[in-house]
Amino acid sequence: MRETDIAVIGAGPAGLAAALACGESGATTLLVDFMDAPGGQLIKQTHKFFGSERQFAGTRGIQIPDIIMDQLSKMPNVALMWGTNASGYYADSGVLTLEDGARFIKAKAKRVIIATGAAEKPLAFENNDLPGVYGAGAVQTLMNVHGVKPGDRVLMVGSGNIGLIVSYQLIQAHVEVVALVEAAGRIGGYLVHAAKLRRAGVPILTSHTVVRALGEETVRAAVVAEVDQSWQVKPGSEREVACDVICLAVGLTPLVDMMWQAGCEMKYVPALGGHVPVRDENMRASNPAVYVAGDAGGVEEASSAMISGEIAGISAARSLGFEVKEADARLAQLKADLAAIRSGPTGEKICAGIKCATVCGGEW
Amino acid sequence: MVRLKNHPILDFPTGREVVFTFNGKDIKGIEGEPIAAALHAAGVRVLRHSPTLGRARGFFCAIGTCSSCLMTVDGVPNVRVCTEPLKQGMIVETQKGHGHLPIE
Ligand code: FES
Repeated sequence: MRETDIAVIGAGPAGLAAALACGESGATTLLVDFMDAPGGQLIKQTHKFFGSERQFAGTRGIQIPDIIMDQLSKMPNVALMWGTNASGYYADSGVLTLEDGARFIKAKAKRVIIATGAAEKPLAFENNDLPGVYGAGAVQTLMNVHGVKPGDRVLMVGSGNIGLIVSYQLIQAHVEVVALVEAAGRIGGYLVHAAKLRRAGVPILTSHTVVRALGEETVRAAVVAEVDQSWQVKPGSEREVACDVICLAVGLTPLVDMMWQAGCEMKYVPALGGHVPVRDENMRASNPAVYVAGDAGGVEEASSAMISGEIAGISAARSLGFEVKEADARLAQLKADLAAIRSGPTGEKICAGIKCATVCGGEW
Repeated sequence: MVRLKNHPILDFPTGREVVFTFNGKDIKGIEGEPIAAALHAAGVRVLRHSPTLGRARGFFCAIGTCSSCLMTVDGVPNVRVCTEPLKQGMIVETQKGHGHLPIE
């Protein structure tokens, strides 16, 4: 059986930052990702990052994996495994089971940093399993990464920034957005984005939802209806909208399966996207061998994921007695950076969620 | 469905064109793109049928996290085609039910 001081599951922004901190400490580190290359969802982020230089401000998201990989590849104590699924974690022994398509591998780790990211949320309506009901991230990946048109007529569901931005990107790709429906009474995202859609002539239907998809094997239309203040469909308000894609932009939910397996104390925190592990300020879960980093601990964005990854990495290494240069000062700085990122209007909700998910007093 | 050309902002990587089969039919795609992208570009949206009710399934997340897109590729069932890179000569089939592992 393979042995390592620390295993990091997931090589997106959080996992890469965590592995770098572990690697610098001298701990033997195993970084695993099921994709064939590192980066996670950074590969979709063509925009330049804001914020502080420590979190790559001014650098495009797609360039960050290369920058970190350049450092990781020079560290003899860091092992990388791509194309490898982390399929199980046995909390009693600290053994991870890994599968790389051809082999089934066991790895024993003293600490595990779980940086598995998040998944698109579905929405409950009749026929929501029909091909053509796609997550917003899927539409974006297909269109912006692979250059394939997701469909000809798209109904967008959800008016948060993702729903608004993906709608606009669809229009740029010459795809018709037949309407955008939002169950709440008002638009969720920034009005600048909504204004672009309005100018493009896209009807934005607030207080509306999808009740059913129509079609035999693929979507050919959606039935939308008006909802009242208690989210109930108003009788008689149903109408059919022809479309071949129903795009769901109703948020993300943390991928926490491995934390359930590890027996971590979990909490349902809607502000963070669903169930998340209860953690201390250094991202340690109730199982002391487990740390969480990035969206797996609560859905935010890439900059905060890199910060929580670094915090988890430093803390995990320190817990094993590895020396991390100026650890206390770095942790304090990272926590200040996080607070700064979360200081905006959307940050309020996140902060409340984090508070709810943090163990009382901040320490186990 | 079609491939995007003349996008106002993005340039798309152009790889080598390869041929693979989908349920026995020859389809062209770009080497290294996810199988699901190549299928979608060719107008294929139904990737499998569910085990119990036999309902059609396409992709949903396109990043390998939901398992909606399982197909049989080169005889191996349950391949997530939204992330599996396309190669010349691949045999891709819609999957019915759970699929069987080819165990020697
Ligand atoms: S579409 Fe979700 S795993 Fe492939």
